[in-house]
Amino acid sequence: MKSEIHLLAGQHQQLTEYKYKPKAIYRGYNNRSLHIDLSSMTIKEKQISREIKEKFTGGRGFGLYYLWQAVTPQTHWDDPENEIVIAHGPISGITQYPGAGKSLVCSISPLTHLPIDSNVGGHFGPFLKFSGFDALELQGKAGNDVIIFIDGNEHLIRIMTAPREAIDSHILVEQLSEMYAIDKDDKSNIAIVSSGTAAANSNIGMLNFSFWDKRRGCVRLKQAGRGGIGRVFRDKHIKAIICCFRGVNGDLNNPADKRLINAAGLRLHKEVANCDHLQNNMRKIGTANIIEVMDQYDLLPCYNYQYGSDPKTQKISSKVFIEKYVTQGVPDGCWYGCSLSCSKAVDNFLLRTGPYSGQRVCVDGPEYENAAGLGANTGTFDPDWILEANFYCDTYGLDTISMGTMTAFAMECFNRGIITLKHTGGLDLTWGNGESLCELMHQMSRGEGFGMIVGRGIREMKRIFVEEYGADKAFLEDIGMEQKGLEYSEYLMKESLAQQGGYALCNKGPQHDEAWLIFMDIVNNQMPTFEDKAEALYYFPLFRTWFGLLGMCKLPWNDITPADNKYSDDPSKVPGHIRNYRQVFEGVTGKPIDDDDILKMSDRVYTFQRVFILRMGSGQRCHDKPPYRSLGPVTKEEYLSRQPRYDKQLKEKVGFDINGIEERIAALRHWREQQFEKLVDAVYKRRGWTPNGIPKLQKLEELGIDFPEVVSVVKPYLQAEGFWPDYAE
Amino acid sequence: MRKLLVDYSLCNGCGRCEIVCSKAFYKEENMKKSAIRIFSNSYGGYHGQYRLAVCDQCGVCARMCTPMALNVDAHGVWKIDKSKCVGCLICIGECERGFIYYHDDLPTPFKCIACGLCARACPTGALRLSE
Repeated sequence: MKSEIHLLAGQHQQLTEYKYKPKAIYRGYNNRSLHIDLSSMTIKEKQISREIKEKFTGGRGFGLYYLWQAVTPQTHWDDPENEIVIAHGPISGITQYPGAGKSLVCSISPLTHLPIDSNVGGHFGPFLKFSGFDALELQGKAGNDVIIFIDGNEHLIRIMTAPREAIDSHILVEQLSEMYAIDKDDKSNIAIVSSGTAAANSNIGMLNFSFWDKRRGCVRLKQAGRGGIGRVFRDKHIKAIICCFRGVNGDLNNPADKRLINAAGLRLHKEVANCDHLQNNMRKIGTANIIEVMDQYDLLPCYNYQYGSDPKTQKISSKVFIEKYVTQGVPDGCWYGCSLSCSKAVDNFLLRTGPYSGQRVCVDGPEYENAAGLGANTGTFDPDWILEANFYCDTYGLDTISMGTMTAFAMECFNRGIITLKHTGGLDLTWGNGESLCELMHQMSRGEGFGMIVGRGIREMKRIFVEEYGADKAFLEDIGMEQKGLEYSEYLMKESLAQQGGYALCNKGPQHDEAWLIFMDIVNNQMPTFEDKAEALYYFPLFRTWFGLLGMCKLPWNDITPADNKYSDDPSKVPGHIRNYRQVFEGVTGKPIDDDDILKMSDRVYTFQRVFILRMGSGQRCHDKPPYRSLGPVTKEEYLSRQPRYDKQLKEKVGFDINGIEERIAALRHWREQQFEKLVDAVYKRRGWTPNGIPKLQKLEELGIDFPEVVSVVKPYLQAEGFWPDYAE
Repeated sequence: MRKLLVDYSLCNGCGRCEIVCSKAFYKEENMKKSAIRIFSNSYGGYHGQYRLAVCDQCGVCARMCTPMALNVDAHGVWKIDKSKCVGCLICIGECERGFIYYHDDLPTPFKCIACGLCARACPTGALRLSE
């Protein structure tokens, strides 16, 4: 291996080098960001002012702020000025509290053409911070494949050509870890961002953020999955970014009051140790613990979101993965200090297809989204194919969520005869054909075949199927599970009005990380009125946004709860953990905060993002319209699968009996679409937006983000709607 | 296996073990920096008036240690390698009996390494080092 690595490194040609001055972190901030222009090969530092910190906090806030500065309303995802911004947050890098190693990645998405944000674990974010930077902007395009090396101890950055290294992440990251580590132990001090071969050919390209798994003796990969940022990365000809930092400890943030952090961390560590096995089993199976729970509540997307459960789900239940696949009894935190340890892996998995067929590999997963999307949603109730697809998504640099939802759409079109073998180049897309699912990825990796069409995303597939294959546009609009160009993530929201809003009213597109309300709505019935739902769709997206500002993971917030949580004032908010977060924030930054401060920090960034997507040509009410399948049954089969529920709803809510399934489907649709519009009205009002979804001037002023360039975006829309206030004239 | 054996009934709560321990490892008389702690036994009963909380080298603490800083030596003693420990405190949460300690001034947690200094200082014979 060493000689091979030596040969690879021997091919590097240094393009530029930059030395910077060391500077200690103060209360969670470096107050400095790093800008790399790959077109001119220039590297510079930027100071982060007090005002920027106050308005945008960090993480996703910094990412969106820098991205706004970099692009114009005309910027396309593959224009050189588009940036990839990687930012962590003031809390990121502490080791005492679980889930404190997240990075947020922002860019203009090739899928949505809008700013996207995607969060990811791994060690890169904290290492970047310890190296001296609160954000990394990547702009421009290199002429050839390059690697960027940041040495956080020597305070040195180098950009080099890297012609010979692999592109697929599971090989590339091993090669680079070997190249830059002094010895095996030192691999813990190397963190790498990479993508894969398919990312260059597909709009669903993602980024892998690595960490070295000491027990397994191999690299592990965590994904910034959503929105196609991997495609932007490869379009910039970046092969990898390597950050090296030696000397991690719990004090590097130079926190204001470590006592607060330690106390909160210990409370949660003990809670996890005592309660996880009685609650969600995150330590055994991670997020995949809910596969069968979702099925039980009719919420698991099956066969392109037609149904919410299937008898075959038992074949892919968490029990199967625990007993036969996922290695047990090892700590699987994706950053130090995560006792929840949900980043599970399958070791020695034997691949059956593709370029690595016959090799045994470590598969990072399965996470719930992978099992639901690549599995149930495509009708592939087979753990081996799920893991094979999971592995190839990761190493090829593909988003598992979009891959699952896109394939489910293509399979439904195939099974309904909308597309045929002629269109797929002979690829049999019958439901449950796991081999074809993987072949689509191999085609994306090779840059050929029907995979290249699927890889463009559902919005583009719909256009091609209609314009070139003569498909029925209205039907495809109903069943194609994308909105704003982003594929839906893996929850069947059809029977939950709150979750329909949770998805459709997301800034970036339908992704559950903003509002996962399905359990509160369906299982616990905690939001009976529109106002309740609107309040939840105000509160939770903001509260969840806060994690992304700080560099924190959401899972330790509510995938483990205090044993007495159910006796608290509002169990769905997990007040005991919110107290922890307030304490940790104060411990690091020295600033005491209350619950309103949390919402206000988030609201600034959330509202700014809404204005940003408006600036990029979306962000009005018409853009928040979801496909009908997310609201109700499109087809007869879907209606029949829940006939008693739908008949009852028609009788009770619409008020009359109707003969004929088609008529019932139409009547139900009319009623449900009305309900959805009422919900949108209530949510926009609660958020301080106009009925067209535009943030009002008063809202921008209250939040202190009424910068001239922000106001100038909303002004014509507010004027057109009659919401431009007289005093602003 | 080397570990500290405790006879609760002999402990008179004098605190010399705590002092010896903190002095040996942190050069100060500070019972909050001691890897052995004396608590008054609120339950009473046959153990006597005091409860001594000190590691029995079961090793459960090590199972969730990501940087593999907790390792067992040739004598069966679990030790924290300070050069590897990142101060995450997970080991403290893992120890059901609360035998690993931390102090806010210190970057890493600490535990009994069965050095036997406290046993030698114990005036009543409540502590004994077993080999």
